[in-house]
Amino acid sequence: MLIILGCNEPLTSEGTALVAVASNFASTADKLVNVFEKETNYRIKLAIGSTGKHFAQIQNGAPYDAFLAADRERPKILEQNGLTQSDSRFTYALGRLTLWSPKADLVDSSGNVLFSDMFKHLAIANPRLAPYGRAAEELLLERGQWDALQPRLVQGENIAQTLLFVDSGNAELGLVATAHVKDRDGSKWLVPEQMHNPIEQQAVLLTSQPAAHAFMKFLRTKRAQKIILTDGYSVP
Amino acid sequence: MNLQPEDWNALWITLKLAATSTIILIVLGTPLAWWLSQTRFRGKFLLEAIVALPLVLPPTVLGFYLLVALGPSGPVGGFIKAIGGQPPVFSFEGLIIGSVIYSMPFVVQPLQDAFKAIGTRPLEVAATLRATPWDRFWFVAVPLARSGFVTAAVLGFAHTLGEFGVVLMIGGNIPGETQVVSIAIYDHVESLAYTKAHWVAGTLLVISFLLLVAVYAGNRKFRVWKP
Repeated sequence: MLIILGCNEPLTSEGTALVAVASNFASTADKLVNVFEKETNYRIKLAIGSTGKHFAQIQNGAPYDAFLAADRERPKILEQNGLTQSDSRFTYALGRLTLWSPKADLVDSSGNVLFSDMFKHLAIANPRLAPYGRAAEELLLERGQWDALQPRLVQGENIAQTLLFVDSGNAELGLVATAHVKDRDGSKWLVPEQMHNPIEQQAVLLTSQPAAHAFMKFLRTKRAQKIILTDGYSVP
Repeated sequence: MNLQPEDWNALWITLKLAATSTIILIVLGTPLAWWLSQTRFRGKFLLEAIVALPLVLPPTVLGFYLLVALGPSGPVGGFIKAIGGQPPVFSFEGLIIGSVIYSMPFVVQPLQDAFKAIGTRPLEVAATLRATPWDRFWFVAVPLARSGFVTAAVLGFAHTLGEFGVVLMIGGNIPGETQVVSIAIYDHVESLAYTKAHWVAGTLLVISFLLLVAVYAGNRKFRVWKP
């Protein structure tokens, strides 16, 4: 996209930032970049991937200017290791969890289907790896269902794979990212935010690159937050 | 030792999966490779291309299509469901199906080459001595192609050990059932438990190395011993 857009005007590397973004946020980041690029002369290139891999790459010298992570832990460790610009870490979005089934009447409006035997598999993201998985675990623990549901849980490595398990019909329902099922049919229960710890997605600045700096600032504006909210996240 | 029970479990499942898949692949692959090496059928190249196809798709993509095909709304899974069975996704059986497809070219191609390398002459000589096609296959072709079998088994086994994308997609990462060692290592890496990852990966490497050494050493001994 950048190369096509960039053809008409000469770009210095000063004006282009390389930003690592968590896959779950990729489509929203795309929209944000579009608006940002229209408003400024800066250009943003997005490198989409899992936060764990981005983290390992940054630790080993990857040339990213900023990092939009899927969690809070990894930006924090980078900060502790002195790999970030000081005081640049902030929460840019809060993930929301939705219990979703492609079947029209499986999920009721308070998630009581989880107490029933109307499903064989419940897909969640891996609680060890994915913040959405941890939130799902907290929710099920909170409702006292974690142990009982163990034999029926299947785990995706990330929240996108969890969605795939449900979308392909292999699991009847799953605890997925609200952003992913916002426009999908079927039946849903938007899990109340107080039923799990907040799924904080944090960003850090890794270099003093001006385009990246401006983009981080832009993420905190009302306009950006509106886009983020519309896509199924909440903002702090 | 730094390995936890679930890591040993994952190692055990992986070895079981690789061994089972290799046996199935040798059983299915041998007649296929034999036929491919002998036939004058003009459409043979089509079949050869199909056998090589799993090499083309990235493993996660192959896994994605298997997930869709084997799932309850896919053609295969739907059929199984219609006749009253359980779609094999999220089970050890599902992993076997995935591994067999994934490692197929690594078994069929060395076998086919080994059969081909025999040439027509030993088989013709055997035929003049009144060996039936069955005898020619078992007592001429198979012994002469023995190193091809070793290569095929080693490649099939090793390729399944290192399998990641396919099992990631169709397994569901269920500890003790579908969590193989490559996924256990990946989980350790992704959750920043690098030391644990090193230990499991190291153990996998050592076990694999010992197995391969045993196979190749056995193959050498066999050759020397043979009159």
